[in-house]
Amino acid sequence: MDGLNIPLNHILLVSSLLFAIGMLGLMIRRNIIFILMSLEVMLNAAALAFVAAGAHWGQPDGQIVFMLILTVAAAEVAVGLGLVLQVQKRFKTLDMDHANRMQG
Amino acid sequence: MSETIWLIPLIPLLSSVTLMLFGSRFKALQIGALGVGSVGIAALLTLLLAAEFMQNQQVIQLSLWTWMEVAGFAPGISFYFDGLTLVMMSVITGVGFLIHLFSTEFMEKDPSYARYFAYLNMFVAAMLVLVMADNLLLLYLGWEGVGVCSYLLVGFWYQHNANGHAARKAFIVTRIGDTAMALGLLLLFTELGTLDIQTMVGEANQTWQVGDTVPLIACLLLVCGAVGKSAQLPLHTWLPDAMAGPTPVSALIHAATMVTAGVYLIARTHGLFLLAPTAMTVVAVIGITTSLMAAFTALMQTDIKRILAYSTISQIGYMFLALGVGAWSAGIFHLMTHAFFKALLFLGSGAIIHCLHHEHNIFKMGGLRTKMPVTFWSFMIGSAALAALPMTSGFFSKDQILLQAYQLPDIGPGLWMAGLLGALLTAIYSFRLVFVVFFGKANTEPDKDTGWRMAVPLSVLCFLAMVGGWFMIPVTEVFPAGDGSHPAHWVEYVSISVPIFGVLIAYLIFYSGRLKIDGLANSALGKSLGQFWLSGWGIDWLYDRLFVRPYYGLANLLKGEPVDAIYGFIVALNQTFNHWLSVAQSGRMRWYLASMVAGLILVITLAANLSVGVL
Repeated sequence: MDGLNIPLNHILLVSSLLFAIGMLGLMIRRNIIFILMSLEVMLNAAALAFVAAGAHWGQPDGQIVFMLILTVAAAEVAVGLGLVLQVQKRFKTLDMDHANRMQG
Repeated sequence: MSETIWLIPLIPLLSSVTLMLFGSRFKALQIGALGVGSVGIAALLTLLLAAEFMQNQQVIQLSLWTWMEVAGFAPGISFYFDGLTLVMMSVITGVGFLIHLFSTEFMEKDPSYARYFAYLNMFVAAMLVLVMADNLLLLYLGWEGVGVCSYLLVGFWYQHNANGHAARKAFIVTRIGDTAMALGLLLLFTELGTLDIQTMVGEANQTWQVGDTVPLIACLLLVCGAVGKSAQLPLHTWLPDAMAGPTPVSALIHAATMVTAGVYLIARTHGLFLLAPTAMTVVAVIGITTSLMAAFTALMQTDIKRILAYSTISQIGYMFLALGVGAWSAGIFHLMTHAFFKALLFLGSGAIIHCLHHEHNIFKMGGLRTKMPVTFWSFMIGSAALAALPMTSGFFSKDQILLQAYQLPDIGPGLWMAGLLGALLTAIYSFRLVFVVFFGKANTEPDKDTGWRMAVPLSVLCFLAMVGGWFMIPVTEVFPAGDGSHPAHWVEYVSISVPIFGVLIAYLIFYSGRLKIDGLANSALGKSLGQFWLSGWGIDWLYDRLFVRPYYGLANLLKGEPVDAIYGFIVALNQTFNHWLSVAQSGRMRWYLASMVAGLILVITLAANLSVGVL
């Protein structure tokens, strides 16, 4: 094992932090574009954890799952941007708190 | 003629149905012609029938068809006609016709003219069915029919709440008696296997001995029905309130015909009552008690119609007394004369009310003698007959009753004396009415006098009330003959003089003012006694406390449906939870997310704690 050897715990900590930041962004942001970005951050946090774990155990599975997450993220963004367009069209705003017709 | 007696009730019925269906399209004149004409034709047919009956004395039994047939029980739509039926039919159609004619003027301004005559014709038809019925079930049909018509007509001016209340009271109170009567019919049928009156009485005489228990119970149940319908104690409270209806209705239904149905029922089934002497005593005691109670009450009333209503109760009490002492024909005779003079008095009061802007209080009238001469003479003659002054119709019938009551062993003289007291009171209150309303100073000016449609019935009834006592009613074949003995002459003289004495008292108090009663009336005892009588012996008050209010209380309690409260609580609980949960469904995505995260944290914390514990 060459190069920089970072303990697994540190990477998992970073990953957790990233996940928490993404989740926090998801909760406090009202603009749908920022929400999508926060979602990306969370996905990538999870992907980082997979990659680190794969490297730690010397298994390829982590990287395979990373590829899967990448694909899912791309698909999700495609759908998400479509929704963004619809939201803009219907509500004339990107504020998600205005899209609350399903209440009650 | 004997084959067509079914026409007599049918014609008023057809007229009633026509008026109900098409009345709104007819002009007032057409309605009046139909309403009065149909009863007029019925009266004419009755007259023809009477002429035929007087010649051949033939009892008619006519069966039209079988009403229903269930397990040997086959009551028919069948009529029975004898002297008693003839008397009743003559009163119903004859007096009924005059009252219909009177109504055309009394009700001419009313917007519901057609409805009025439809009900009135229906009543005449039902009453005819009642008296012509051959079996007790058909009689019961007529009995309930007149009850319904009475309800409809008492509440005729239904726009006022009080009238509706009076109508319901009349219906419900009589219903109590009717229920007992229905039980009596069931008992008679189960015991004797038939409800045909003639067959039934024959069977009863073969099955039972005099004084047996079963006929006693059956008779008492029938008496309950009669007491309700004829407004006797303790079910009399509906009649004074029933005066809320139009006055001709009071004359026809609540004086001349329907309220005497109870008397007719007992007279018709007298064969049964002869088997139950106790029941007859009960009838006599009810009659005399009611008579006195109502007479005292009538003394204090100020509403002209209520005076007459209590007087009706009192007079029917006399009829019950007559039936109770076995003076059947005297009772029926008094029924007929009472129908004449009481219809006369009611129509007279209707004329006064009509011409005096619907004034009912006698102390706001006065001095009407010269202004309404026809009505004045009607009242003079009617009151004289009511008070049983000699030579009037009421004199003959009441005299017969009192003399026959006297002859009853043991309680006879007691009944006679109570009857005399009633006669004295009757004379006082009826002439109090005359003196207060027609003499003295005028308090309200009449705005018109009676037209011919009012004057003619009044005059005819005046004639009948005067000479009605000379009629020989053809009931000797129907009832068992009395022994024909007469009490001592002094009894008769006392009976004659008591009403005259009563008129004298009324004259001294209410006309000349020679006899001062103010001191007596204003004393503490006089005042409370007067109040007690005015309220009808507090019986309404008592019933209100005993039955009406507890019932309303219970109804109020049940209105909230206490049993349903359990299920209601479950529903309310679910709705509350639902409400809470639906608050969570805010539609805000970020809120959902926050809750999810909070939940996740909670679950993870719990899981971590648990796993620590397990490990």
